[in-house]
Amino acid sequence: MKEKLVLVGNGMAGIRTLEELLKLVPEAYEITVFGEEPYPNYNRIMLSPVLAGEKTIDDIILNDEQWYKDNGITLHTGKKVATIDRLNRKVICADGTIAEYDRLILATGSQPFVLPLPGNDLDGVISFRDISDVDKMLEAAQQYQHAVVIGGGLLGLEAANGLMKQGMQVTVIHLMDRLMEKQLDVQAASMLKASLEERGMQFLMGAETEAIIGQERVEKIRLKDGTELYTDLVVMAVGIRPNIELAKKARIHCVRGIVVNDTLQTYDPRIYAVGECVEHRGQTYGLVAPLFEMAKVCANHLAQHGIGLYQGSVTSTKLKVTGIDLFSVGDFIGDDKTEELVYKDEASGVYRKLVVENNRLRGAVMYGDTVDGAWYFDLLRDQTDIADFRKSILFGQAHLGDSGHGEENRVAQLADSAEICGCNGVCKGEIVEAITKKKLFTLEEVRAHTKASSSCGSCTGLVESLLAVTVGGDYSVAPHLKPMCGCTDFTHDEVRATIREQQLKSIPQVMQFLEWKTPNGCGKCRPGLNYYLLCAWPDEYHDDYQSRFINERAHANIQKDGTYSVVPRMWGGETTPAELKAIAEIAEKYKVPTVHVTGGQRIDMLGIKKADLPAIWGDLSKAGFVSGHAYGKAIRTVKTCVGKEWCRFGTQNSTQMGIELEKMTWGSWTPHKFKLAVSGCPRNCAEATIKDFGVVAVDSGWELHVGGNGGVKVRATDFLCHVKTPEEVKEYCAAFLQLYREEAHYLERTAPWIERVGLSYVKSRIVEDEQNRRQLAERFLFSQKYSQKDPWAERAQGEDAHEFEPIVQIV
Amino acid sequence: MQSVRTEKAQAWVKVGAIDEIPRLGARVVKTAEYDIAVFRTADDRFFAMRDECPHKQGPLSQGIVHGDKVSCPLHDWKIHLQTGIAVAPDEGCTATFPVKLEGDQVYLSLTPNEGCPNQ
Ligand code: SRM
Ligand SMILES: Cc1cc2nc3c(=O)[nH]c(=O)nc-3n(C[C@H](O)[C@H](O)[C@H](O)COP(=O)(O)OP(=O)(O)OC[C@H]3O[C@@H](n4cnc5c(N)ncnc54)[C@H](O)[C@@H]3O)c2cc1C
Ligand code: SF4
Ligand code: FES
Repeated sequence: MKEKLVLVGNGMAGIRTLEELLKLVPEAYEITVFGEEPYPNYNRIMLSPVLAGEKTIDDIILNDEQWYKDNGITLHTGKKVATIDRLNRKVICADGTIAEYDRLILATGSQPFVLPLPGNDLDGVISFRDISDVDKMLEAAQQYQHAVVIGGGLLGLEAANGLMKQGMQVTVIHLMDRLMEKQLDVQAASMLKASLEERGMQFLMGAETEAIIGQERVEKIRLKDGTELYTDLVVMAVGIRPNIELAKKARIHCVRGIVVNDTLQTYDPRIYAVGECVEHRGQTYGLVAPLFEMAKVCANHLAQHGIGLYQGSVTSTKLKVTGIDLFSVGDFIGDDKTEELVYKDEASGVYRKLVVENNRLRGAVMYGDTVDGAWYFDLLRDQTDIADFRKSILFGQAHLGDSGHGEENRVAQLADSAEICGCNGVCKGEIVEAITKKKLFTLEEVRAHTKASSSCGSCTGLVESLLAVTVGGDYSVAPHLKPMCGCTDFTHDEVRATIREQQLKSIPQVMQFLEWKTPNGCGKCRPGLNYYLLCAWPDEYHDDYQSRFINERAHANIQKDGTYSVVPRMWGGETTPAELKAIAEIAEKYKVPTVHVTGGQRIDMLGIKKADLPAIWGDLSKAGFVSGHAYGKAIRTVKTCVGKEWCRFGTQNSTQMGIELEKMTWGSWTPHKFKLAVSGCPRNCAEATIKDFGVVAVDSGWELHVGGNGGVKVRATDFLCHVKTPEEVKEYCAAFLQLYREEAHYLERTAPWIERVGLSYVKSRIVEDEQNRRQLAERFLFSQKYSQKDPWAERAQGEDAHEFEPIVQIV
Repeated sequence: MQSVRTEKAQAWVKVGAIDEIPRLGARVVKTAEYDIAVFRTADDRFFAMRDECPHKQGPLSQGIVHGDKVSCPLHDWKIHLQTGIAVAPDEGCTATFPVKLEGDQVYLSLTPNEGCPNQ
C-alpha cells in the first residue's frame, strides 16, 4: 500500500514541494492537502498587481482544481487543521475531518503582525496577506476615499500603490525616518520617497500610531504626537510572524519558526516543514526564492533521494511598483572594515552603491537602473575578487566587454512582436503568453515550452527579465549552486572533486557512488562526466563514445539534413599547393556539394554522407591531414597572420609560433571549445584578443592574452603577462589550458570561467607561481600523450565501423 | 552490411546479432522508403522507430540514448523509445516498429505499430 502524505497549508511552498515530489516519484504517496483559504494554490506575490488592477485573480491561480485531480491529490479547501495527533499519526480539522499520515508537511506560512492598538478590530482595519484582504481593499476603494497604510516597507508600499491606483488618497505612516529601512540606505530611500510623492502618495515619517478610532468602522487614526487623521480604511503592514500555532500545540520544537534541519525535517522526523513558517539555522525567510529551494530539498528527501541539503539562502529585494526600479542585497550599509563605491546621477534618478570588503562584494543597493542587480548578486554569492574590474564595476557588466546584447534590457517597453530569441525566432508576445497561460515560473520551464533561450543562450537575460516582469518579484531566480542536471543534486565542482578523491574511473561508478537519480543519466550529464573522467585519468580512462554528442562520436559536424562536414587541420592556418590540390581532388572524388573557407582559417567540406566518412578520411590521411576537431569541445584552430616573414610591420614569426602551438595542443579535449590565435604585431590581424588564448607579438617578445570570446557575447581578452621566448609562450599556454581543463565546468568557455574565478586567481596560479605553472604544463603534456592520436586515421582503418555503416539494407 | 530482400508486409526481418548494436546506442536499417533506427538500452531492451525526429526530421539514430529515451542530435528533443512520443512539453511522435529477439538475433517488423499518424 502507498504511504500517506498529508500537507497542511495549500500555499506556495507546500504545493511547490508536491510538484517537485511528483516530478521525482509520481506514484509514491497517497496525498491529501488541507488549506484554510477557500482557493486552490495561487501566486501570493501577485496580490500586489491584482490590487493595482494589473492582474485578475484568475491570472494568478497557479494550480487549478483539475491539477489536484490529475495528480490524484485529495484537496480540502476552506478547512483549517486544528490538531496534530502525533501518537496516532493523524491530523484533525476544526470541522472534524480527519486524515492519517505516514509523513506530514507543515507549510502554514506566516501571519501578518497586528499592532496591539485600541480599535484594531474595527471594520475597515485589515492586513495585506491573502485574497480576502485584497477583496476588502477593492471593496473599500469603491465606496470610500481615504486610506492609511501603517508601515513603509515592501508590503506597505505595494498596498499603498495599489490603493492609489484604485483611486484612493493614501497616507503611509512609518515609524522610522526612512522607507524600507531594511532594504534601502538613506539615499535610495529618499529617492524612492520622492518618486512616490510625485505620484501622489503622502507620508508621515517618524510617526507612531496610538489608537484607531471609530464606532463600528474605522473613522480616524491618532498618532502619539496627537495628530489625528480621518480615514476609511487602515492597512497594517508592519511585518509577518511565522505561523507556528499548530506546530506548537503539537509540541514540535519551535523558536521563532518551526525549527528544521538541513533536510527540512522538524524534531519529529516524520514531520517536515517548508516555507515561511520555518526556522532554519536561526533564520526565517519571507520571500519565495528560498522557499523554492527548500521545496526542492524536502521533495528529494520525501522521494528518498536523500542527498540534497538545504544550506540557507541569500535573498535580494525588488519592489513591485510599476515604473520604480530598486534592488538591494546583502549588507549595503557596511562598517569600518568596508569601503563604498558609489555612482549617483540624481537628475536621471540613478543611484548605485556597492559595499566592498577586501575586494569582495558584501552588499549592493540600486535605484533607478537595476539591470545589473543580478550580476552584483552573482558576484556577491560567488565572492568573486573584483580587483580586476573594480574601476568599472559601477558601470555594470556591459562594460566588461559585452558588446553583444547589453542594451536591450528594457524588456517591459518592448512591443509584443519584438524578437527575443534570435535562434528560434521567438518573440516577446509568445513568451509572455506561455508564461501566463501555462503558469511558468522558471527559466527552465520557459525554455522547455517556448524554446526561447534554449539554444545559444544570449537572450537568457531578456527571458529572465520577461519572467520577472510577467510573474513578479524575483520569481525566476534559479538556485545559485546549480546541480549538473536533473539527474543529480551535486554541482559540477562536487562531482569533479569526488571523482578525484574517490578514484572513480567510469561513468557507472560515478553514478553509483553519487546515487544518480536516473539509471544512466541524460544527454546533459553523460558528456560532462565523460569529460571529467577523461581529464582526471588521461592514461587510464576508457572514453565512452555512447556518452558523446554525435559530432564527437562521429568526428564530424552533423548538418541539418543529417549529412556531415569535414574540416581537416591546417596547422596555424597555413597550407601548401600540394595540400590544396589534395583537397580539391578529394572534393571532386566524393562530389562534395560545398567547399567553404571557414571563419577559423580552414577549409570545410560540407554535405558528406555518414557512410562515406571513413573513406574520405582515409584519403585525407594519405595526403597528410589530421582531424581539425571543428566538431568538438576541444582545441579548435590556431589562427595566425603572416607575421615577420612577410609583413612590413611584423615583429616576430607569428605563423611559426601558431604552428608550434597547434602541434602542441591539437587533439586535447576541453570543457568547451578552445581557440587560439597569434598575431605578428599589435595591429592584431589574427584577432588574438577575442580568443581563449591569444598571443600578440611585440618587439620585445610576446604578449599573452586569455579569456576572449567572439560569438554570442563578445569579450575581449584579459592581458595575462608578457614573455620573451617562444618556449615560454608554449609553457604558459599549456599551463593555462590545463588549469582551464581541470577547473572549469563542462560547457563553460574560458570567458565566463575567468569572470567567475577572477583574472587574479588565474595569474596567481600561472604567472606568480612558477612551480605550479611547470606542473600544470607537465600534466597537460602528459595527457597529450594519450590524446594526440588522429581519430580520422584510426577510423579510416576500421575503428568503430558500426558507427558509420547501416546494419542492414533492405531492398 | 548485409542486404536483405523482402516484401514490405513480410513478418520479420533479421537485423543482426545483439552485439552489433552498441549499448545505449543505435544502428540504422535502410529501407526503400526510409531509414529505421534500432536502439539498444543499457539493460538490453531493443526498440525500433523511424529515423526521423518529429521536430525537423533529425536522425534519431545519432542521438544520445538514456533510460528509455533518445535525445535528438539536432535540437535536443527527447523521444520515448517505446512509444515514439516526444517528451512534453514538446509535441509529436515518430512511428515505432515491433522488435523481437530470438537467441542472440534481433528481428524487426516493417509494419509500423498503430498509434502514430506520421507513418
Ligand atoms: C564552420 C564554421 C563557419 C564557417 O564556415 O566559417 C563554424 C560553424 C559552426 N559553428 Fe562556429 N564556426 C566557425 C567559426 C566560428 C568563429 C570564428 C573563429 O573561430 O575565429 C566563431 C567566433 C569565435 C569564438 O568562438 O569565440 C564561432 C562561434 C560559434 C559559436 C559561439 C561560441 C561562443 O562561445 O559564443 C557557436 C555555438 C557554440 O559553440 O555553442 C558555434 C557553433 C558552430 C557550429 C558547430 C554549430 C553547430 O552546432 O552545428 C557550426 C558547425 C557547422 C559545421 O558543421 O561545420 N560557433 N564560430 C567555422 C569553423 C571554424 C573552423 O575552421 O573550425
Ligand atoms: C502582497 C504580498 C506580496 C509579496 N511579494 C513578494 C515578492 O515580490 N517576492 C517574494 O519573493 N515574495 C513576496 N511575498 C512573500 C511570498 O508571498 C511568501 O513568501 C510566500 O507566499 C510564502 O509561502 P508559504 O507557502 O510559506 O506561505 P503561504 O503562501 O502563506 O501559504 C500558507 C497557507 O497555509 C494556510 N494555512 C495556515 N495554517 C493552516 C492550517 N492550520 N490549516 C490549513 N491551512 C493552513 C494558509 O491559509 C495559507 O494559504 C509577498 C507576499 C505578499 C502577501
Ligand atoms: S555556422 Fe555558425 S553563425 Fe552560421 S548558422 Fe551555423 S552556428 Fe550560426
Ligand atoms: S529535429 Fe529533432 S529536435 Fe529538431
